[in-house]
Amino acid sequence: MTTQADLDLASHKVVHDERVKERNRMQRMLIRPEMGALIGAIAIFIIFMIVAPPFREAASLATVLYASSTIGIMACGVALLMIGGEFDLSAGVAVTFSSLAASMLAYNLHLSLWAGAGLALVLALAVGFFNGFLVMKTKIPSFLITLSSFFMLAGINLAVTKLVSGQVATQSVNDMQGWASGQWVFAHAFNVFGVQVKITVLWWLLFTAVATWVLFKTKIGNWIFAVGGDADSARAVGVPVTKVKIGLFMFVAFCAWFVGMHLLFNFNTVQSGQGIGNEFFYIIAAVVGGCLLTGGYGTAIGAAIGAFIFGMANQGIVYAGWDPDWFKFFLGAMLLFAVIANNAFRNYAAKR
Amino acid sequence: MTATVERPEHDAPSGGNVPLVELKNVGKTYGNITALKDICLRVHAGEVTGILGDNGAGKSTLIKIISGLHQQTEGDLLVDGESTKFVSPGDALGKGIATVYQNLAVVPLMPVWRNFFLGQELRKSSFPYSLDANGMRATTLTELRKMGIELPDVDAPIGSLSGGQRQCVAIARAVFFGARVLILDEPTAALGVKQSGVVLKYITAAKEAGFGVVFITHNPHHAYMVGDHFVLLNRGRQKLDCTYDEISLEHLTQEMAGGDELEALNHELGRKSA
Repeated sequence: MTTQADLDLASHKVVHDERVKERNRMQRMLIRPEMGALIGAIAIFIIFMIVAPPFREAASLATVLYASSTIGIMACGVALLMIGGEFDLSAGVAVTFSSLAASMLAYNLHLSLWAGAGLALVLALAVGFFNGFLVMKTKIPSFLITLSSFFMLAGINLAVTKLVSGQVATQSVNDMQGWASGQWVFAHAFNVFGVQVKITVLWWLLFTAVATWVLFKTKIGNWIFAVGGDADSARAVGVPVTKVKIGLFMFVAFCAWFVGMHLLFNFNTVQSGQGIGNEFFYIIAAVVGGCLLTGGYGTAIGAAIGAFIFGMANQGIVYAGWDPDWFKFFLGAMLLFAVIANNAFRNYAAKR
Repeated sequence: MTATVERPEHDAPSGGNVPLVELKNVGKTYGNITALKDICLRVHAGEVTGILGDNGAGKSTLIKIISGLHQQTEGDLLVDGESTKFVSPGDALGKGIATVYQNLAVVPLMPVWRNFFLGQELRKSSFPYSLDANGMRATTLTELRKMGIELPDVDAPIGSLSGGQRQCVAIARAVFFGARVLILDEPTAALGVKQSGVVLKYITAAKEAGFGVVFITHNPHHAYMVGDHFVLLNRGRQKLDCTYDEISLEHLTQEMAGGDELEALNHELGRKSA
């Protein structure tokens, strides 16, 4: 096999075809997957700036960013999975599952909270592996497999919590070993020019940056696009399709664990019934951000912008003094608009 | 890239070299169904072997055996004169036998250069070993240009290329990654006249560069334009095995269409046979 040996990589320069004019910058920008979301985010930002005076304050921005971050960390994993051509409907309850597991394992086995968190991570990854393994083995659409695991996890969350603690929430753990350091890592707020910003915002940005780098600058990223775009072709050229997809399910599980730890260390007790319905928010953020539902197309930055739109809408409606009940209507309308706009952008891109 | 074999051959009907790939009395049965029987075939470097046959003649089974997807149930498969049995397509690839299937194994939404290197990406030599995107872009362009394909933009999704261009990218990819023998599964089947011309030109270029090409088709005109050697399959058996000089296009077409049947058809349709 001749590979690197034959390559003339000395110049590292792109050879340009003289017949093709360099596509201008504006056009290149416009056809990026997250462009629709970015324009939408700017529009919504301006609207709330106008109609909601409290929205203009720096502290409000910190709140918006916080709301965006907990959705955004998950949206990052869900977006990668969606680019890889699969779905995870169990992502919402998986968050609750992780924090319940960490709390109850640590409390009832008298472990440090970090040990509980470690065990919860193992459990979460096992659930992710289970999802991915079943999807790949049975070839049943991930929608159905993860719908089943969604209900199973939701049931486990409620039943096991009641069985172990006799209540619908876990015990308080803020006097246990590892609380202070855990809170510092997952939930503390730091001061930026007099405004308290939650550390999850930084984690969110880091997750997005790493995911973006992986997607576009590594082999794994290339494979993620390939397995989502055409799994059979990918397999034919030697991409380990099964491993990539199971890995993506496990990455979503990792994100769920991370957000779960934030819930635990932020709120001390965890309600066993929460998290149901959140999976749709993650999917909405990814789709608004330009991920194609059928896979093979999208970006992590888009998902982050989608999550930011979610955060703005969530808080902005309150700041504007509107009835918060309108939030869901707004979210639905936003999704519809984004899907249509993204579709239009993509068709425009395909014609270029 | 192309190792021309030097050892003399005892009973070679064409050329004096050991064929890159040779099939001796190969047969394949699926349960109680005989898909192939007694197939003899030689693929030499710098030659195009056209395999012709109508639907169901056994062309696909034959490719699957040569490309390592299936194993023959009878006979010998020789690579460079040595008897071999491929266990997987990876085995065949390792011996330099690359197959370009009809679906081409490309991911439509991905850029041309990402498709070209998919599964065998180049990485930078220093930490963090990210993809060498510009190196891959440049290589894709030069490799395609070498074979006379001018692509305006290797960043375009491969789905936006024409069928012929896509076929050429898939072939160029196989060539670049060390193939000596190219198996092309009906590369012109879904293409128009002009696009087929592009692919046929490419096949000739590959042949002149010293590759052994197996060109599977059901179009005798295309086969006759580039082939040096023809094998005709019919209902799992080899009906014809001859070189370019031994046969005319009319004869080939007639053989392919089942000879007498075509004349009968001509008669029925009330036109004078050409």
